[in-house]
Amino acid sequence: MDSVLPVEDRGGPAQPLLLASGLRKHFPVGGGLLGRGRKVVRAVDDLTLSVAKGETLGVVGESGCGKSTVARLLIRLLKPDRGTMVLDGDPVDEPHGITVNELRRQVQMVFQDSYASLNPRLTIAETLAFAPKAHGLPAAEARDRVRDLLAKVGLEPDTYAERYPHELSGGQRQRVNIARALALRPRLVILDEAVSALDKSVEAQVLNMLVDLKTELSLTYLFISHDLNVVQYLSDRVLVMYLGKIVELGPVEAIYGDPQHPYTQALLSARPSMDPRKRTKEAPIQGDPPNPIDPPSGCRFRTRCPFAEDVCARVEPPLADTGRQEVACHMRVAGSGHSKAVA
Amino acid sequence: MSNLLEVRDLHVTFVTPDRTVHAVNGVSFDLKRGETLGILGESGSGKSVTLRSILRLHPEHRTRWSGSIRVEGDEVLDMGPRALGDLRGQRVAMIFQEPATAFDPVFTIGHQIAETVQRHTGKSEADAYRRARELLEMVRIPSPAQRLKAYPHEMSGGMRQRAMIALALSCNPSLLLADEPTTALDATVQIQVLLLIRELQREFDLGVIFVTHDIGVAVEVSDRIGVMYAGKIVELAGVEQMVDAPQHPYSRGLLASTVHDGMRGQRLEAIPGAPPDLGEVPTGCSFAPRCKFVQPACVAKPPDLRPTGQNHLVRCILTEAVAA
Repeated sequence: MDSVLPVEDRGGPAQPLLLASGLRKHFPVGGGLLGRGRKVVRAVDDLTLSVAKGETLGVVGESGCGKSTVARLLIRLLKPDRGTMVLDGDPVDEPHGITVNELRRQVQMVFQDSYASLNPRLTIAETLAFAPKAHGLPAAEARDRVRDLLAKVGLEPDTYAERYPHELSGGQRQRVNIARALALRPRLVILDEAVSALDKSVEAQVLNMLVDLKTELSLTYLFISHDLNVVQYLSDRVLVMYLGKIVELGPVEAIYGDPQHPYTQALLSARPSMDPRKRTKEAPIQGDPPNPIDPPSGCRFRTRCPFAEDVCARVEPPLADTGRQEVACHMRVAGSGHSKAVA
Repeated sequence: MSNLLEVRDLHVTFVTPDRTVHAVNGVSFDLKRGETLGILGESGSGKSVTLRSILRLHPEHRTRWSGSIRVEGDEVLDMGPRALGDLRGQRVAMIFQEPATAFDPVFTIGHQIAETVQRHTGKSEADAYRRARELLEMVRIPSPAQRLKAYPHEMSGGMRQRAMIALALSCNPSLLLADEPTTALDATVQIQVLLLIRELQREFDLGVIFVTHDIGVAVEVSDRIGVMYAGKIVELAGVEQMVDAPQHPYSRGLLASTVHDGMRGQRLEAIPGAPPDLGEVPTGCSFAPRCKFVQPACVAKPPDLRPTGQNHLVRCILTEAVAA
C-alpha cells in the first residue's frame, strides 16, 4: 500500500535527486561470424550528470548524440555497460540500495509518440489505473485517482475517462501520457521530445501545463528536446551533447547567453532568425553530424570545428569548469596545447 | 509582369466510402518568378494539399476539385496525362520532407537524376550523367563523381536532401514546390539547406512555394507568408508585416504561442482548443470556436479575405477592431 503514496524527500534539498556517474552504453552493430569485424555505436560514453531537486535539466543535441539513450539508461529501459546511479542517496540495483522497480516508481517517462505509447485496447481510465492497481491500490481509490489525474492535465474526467486513445487528438493523448507518468506520484519525470510532435498552438498549452504541474506536485524534470527555444523556455540548467559526450553543461543563462563550446555556439546560431531583417547569412558549420559508429578520436567535434588543431585529434578534452559552466574544449583549458587556449 | 502561378478559389475534397474531407476550401494566390511564398500552418490546415494540387498528385478517383490553377497561363486542372507528365519535373518540381522515401532505394542517386534528365530533355545517357554530376556540384555535395554511384541509404539525411534538390532542379523548372524539406533535418544541417534553397532560388530566378509549420523557417526563406487554417488562407502579407503586425487572431495566436528567445518565465499565450474537423463545409469563420474576439456575425457566414493595407490580406470581419 505504501508504494502508492508519494515518496518523502530524504537527503534534504542539497542532495541531488539523481546522480549518474560514468554511464556508458555501446551498441554492437552488424559484425561478421564470431564477432569478427564487429562495429560498435558509442551511444553514450562515460557520462556523469546530476539532477538537483526541483530543477528542470534540459538536454539538447542533434540526432545520434545519445540524448534519448541517456533517458533510457536513467530509467533502466536499457542496462548500462558501465556506471552507477544513485537516487536521493540510494544506490540503484545494488545490494544495499533500491531495486530497478523502485527506481521506476520514482522516475517516470513521457515519450514523443503519444499514440504508440498508449495501449489501443485500453480505455484512458484503464490505462491510468493500471499502475496504481498493480501497486496495490484498491479499485475504488484507483478510480478516484484516475479522475484526479485527468483533471490535473486539463481533461474533463466524465468526457474522457471511457474513451480509447484513437478517439483523442495528439495533444489530448500527450496529456494522458503525462497523467499516466504522474499516476504513481514520481519525483522525477523524464520528458523525451514530449512536445515535439505537437502543433505549436497545442505545444504552448502543454508547456504551460507542465510548468503548472511542476509547481503543484513539486516535480523535477529532465527535459530532452532538439528544440533549443523550448529547452531555453523550460530549463534551469542545460546539458549539450554531441556524439555520446557532454560538450557543455551549465545554467540556462550561461549556455544561451555566453556559450563557450564551438558546438554550442554553432547550434545556437543555426536557429532560424525570427527577424526578416536579420536573416542568417552563413551556416555556422558545414556538413552533417558524423556517424556515431567509430566517432572521431580526441574531441569528437573536431571534424566540424573551425578551431580544430592537432591536440584536438590526439587528446580528449576533459569537462573543465570555467566558473559559470563546464565545457569540454581544449581552448578552455590552460596549457592544453591549443594555440587559442586560455592563459 | 504576368504571374508564374495563379491559384483561384481552389477547393479540394477527398471522398471515400466512409468519409468526406474538405481539405482546401477556397484558396487563391499568385506567385511571380523569383518570388518565395511561405505557407505556414499546422497539421490538417491544408497547406500540403494545396501544394500537391499544383502537380495534381492526389489520387484522381477520390479527389474532387474546383477552381483554377494556372502555371504560366496553362490550366493544370484540365491537363491530360501527357501534359501533366511534361509539367511535372520539367516546369514544376517538388521536394519533400523525407528524402529517404522520395528516392527509390534500389537505384543509385546518379541513375535517378540521369533518368529524369533523359526523360525530359532526350539527352544521351553519358550526357545525362554529366549533367547529374554538375547538379551534385551545384548543391555542394562533396566528391560528386563518387556520390553519383551512392545508393540513398549510403548518404546522410542532409546529403539526401541536397541530392533531392539536385534532382528537382535537373530540368530547369521555373517553379519549385517545397513541402517541409528541412523538418526532418538536424538544426545545424537545416540552416545549410535553407541557405542553399535561397541561393539557388536567386541564381535560377525560381518561383518557390515553401510549406512549413515552423515560423522561423518561413521567415528565413519567404518574401511573403500566407497563414492557412482549416483549408483557407486566413492572412497573406509580406514577411515583415506578418512578423511585425499580424492581423488575424489565429496568426497572432500562432506567433504568440511560438516559444523564442527571451520568453523564459512568461506564460505562453496558448490558443485554446484544437482545429476543427474538416468533415463538413464550415458555415462561418472556422477559427470562431477558438477565437477570443468572436461575435455573432462570425458564425453567420464565412468571412472574405479582405485587404487591410498594402499587399496585406486578412480573412476576419473584426480586423480593425482586433488591430486596435
